[in-house]
Amino acid sequence: MSLTASSVEQPGDSEFHEPEGDDKAAGKVGVEGRSPAKLAWARFRKDRLSMVSFSVVVLFFAIAVLTPILVAAGVLKPQDSNQDLLNLMTGGLPTEGMSLAHPFGIEPGTGRDLLSRILLGTTLSMTIALSGAIITVIIGTVLGIIAGFTGGVVDGVIGRIIDLTLSFPSTLMLLALSQVVVDRMLDLGIPSGPNGAFVNGFYIVIVLAAFGWPPVARLIRGQVLSIREREFVDAARLMGASRPRIYFKEILPNLWAPILVYFTLLMPAYVSAEAALSYLGVGIKNPTPTLGNVLSGALLYADSYPLFFFTPAIFIAVIVISFNLLGDGARDALDPKAGR
Amino acid sequence: MFAYALRRLFSGALLLVVMSMVTFLLFYASSSTPERYACGQKCTAQQLEQTKAALGYDEPITTQWAKFAKGVVAGREFPDDEALREAAPELVTQCEAPCLGYSTGYGETVRDLISDRLPVSVSLALVAFALWIIIGVLLGVMAALFKGRVLDRGIVALSLIAFAFPTFFVGQIFLTYVSIRWGLVDTPRYSPIAEAGPWAWLTGLMLPAITLALVYMAGYIRITRAFVLETQTEDYIRTARAKGLPQRTVIGKHTLRAVLTPLVTLSGLDLAGLLGGAIITESIFNFNGVGKLSVTAIARFDLPLIVGIVLLVAAIVIAANIIVDMLYAVIDPRVRLG
Repeated sequence: MSLTASSVEQPGDSEFHEPEGDDKAAGKVGVEGRSPAKLAWARFRKDRLSMVSFSVVVLFFAIAVLTPILVAAGVLKPQDSNQDLLNLMTGGLPTEGMSLAHPFGIEPGTGRDLLSRILLGTTLSMTIALSGAIITVIIGTVLGIIAGFTGGVVDGVIGRIIDLTLSFPSTLMLLALSQVVVDRMLDLGIPSGPNGAFVNGFYIVIVLAAFGWPPVARLIRGQVLSIREREFVDAARLMGASRPRIYFKEILPNLWAPILVYFTLLMPAYVSAEAALSYLGVGIKNPTPTLGNVLSGALLYADSYPLFFFTPAIFIAVIVISFNLLGDGARDALDPKAGR
Repeated sequence: MFAYALRRLFSGALLLVVMSMVTFLLFYASSSTPERYACGQKCTAQQLEQTKAALGYDEPITTQWAKFAKGVVAGREFPDDEALREAAPELVTQCEAPCLGYSTGYGETVRDLISDRLPVSVSLALVAFALWIIIGVLLGVMAALFKGRVLDRGIVALSLIAFAFPTFFVGQIFLTYVSIRWGLVDTPRYSPIAEAGPWAWLTGLMLPAITLALVYMAGYIRITRAFVLETQTEDYIRTARAKGLPQRTVIGKHTLRAVLTPLVTLSGLDLAGLLGGAIITESIFNFNGVGKLSVTAIARFDLPLIVGIVLLVAAIVIAANIIVDMLYAVIDPRVRLG
């Protein structure tokens, strides 16, 4: 599914597809066909800041994938306590700072290796943010397409649901619902996972999506309002295409640009949200690490052991900054007219 | 304009009624045993029954909602049970017209609990708002005027960095380093303006307000910058320049007027959301505002209090939406309401 010129695509008319195989042949005679996706990628690559943030994002995805493997292999030990390195006279402050065995030092009090905890925390925080962002975008896109395309009563009802959802104070609701909903989920047979990590993480994902979809739906609805008037949609309708086919085969391919940009901006928002909720006691709890609960646990040591306090915060900040820059870069590349 | 306002007020009220129903459903009906949380861990079956009856959870959800709605419109008395009221008339609590319920955890009406703490949250929100709007717009305009140069890049980069760190982390830094270790500011505490005077009020609020303002500032810098840049290419700006108007007038009067519309929308809604309490900032600085009250309410599973705060915040947000839309027509004469 690429950003091909599907706006001119006719149903069942494959001649209008990108002549991918012919590109190179055409290039030899000096004319190269370039799809909008390729043009966008070329624009994106020219922007140095976007490329740097893209590499950082790729690095974080690599961390998220590799860490569980390294933990399973026993290279990273997020739960092992190094009591011998703690000074009990100072209330459990570590006797050494950064070392080869513990590059970020160890946690005061428990003596667990900080690097292992932060890397595993990154994995879990990114997993929560990614799942939340995907579900948010799916709900928002589907409802946005339906509202925009159908119009009338359906549009009105979805619009009212959006107003209703946006009027709720979301942080307060996320907090207040946690006990009830987590209990309900356990009753429904959703696995609790070690230390309740699965059900608590699942809760965060679900409620972030439940309160996060309205802006996506509004954005998509606005786009669909103009797309539905285009000829290729009329053509599809005339040929008797079903509603789902028009929604997802005809309209959806034209929406990848805004969806991609919004998705990139949701990721950092959800990483921050996970951290904030951890601070308020909602979500995956210690000893299972997330960036949020590692940082919340470090607040006590803000003064006495700054290494523990600053490291998780810097990780969160780098993720948030790089995803935001990536989102900006993607927007500029995909919509050059927007020009900032 | 008047008819429009009336219609909006009506639909806002309707939205609020629907919200109260949804909130009731979410909190009272989503859990099969809401009394379990109120009663605690070691609760016998008999105690559980008693708690259920005392809190009125044994009644159908529709009855509970109807009682709540009646309380909002006409006020009510607690405890609900008439027999109980007659048995111990000295314990009856009057709850006047916009009655949001009675918190058994605190033994006070939700209304009194909230109105006690509202000044803290409102003060914090207003000072933070003043900070982020003044500094945000100023930096945004500067960034736009120096587009692409060091100043622009510096402002944009700094605002992004400040925004990227979690609020509770920034608050903790202010508390631990700026206030305690370096002793630059007294430990932040809320002193009412009427008793302690405006200076003590303001200085006590400064650190939490800066913490809160940093969350919002980046967005405002960004929007101001984008809109200033956009307006610079407009014909009327060129006309203003051609007339020989000084830069100050062109920016201060002609450009900012155009930026006002998006800023009013955004800030109206942001401020409204904050009036109901900044949960994280109040918790970090230990400010006794509505935000901290809601954290306590949630920890104790004090349902009437939670529902009361949720609906209060919702009412403020809905009202702000209407006010913002009305302001549109005032700021931008091209906008026709209807």
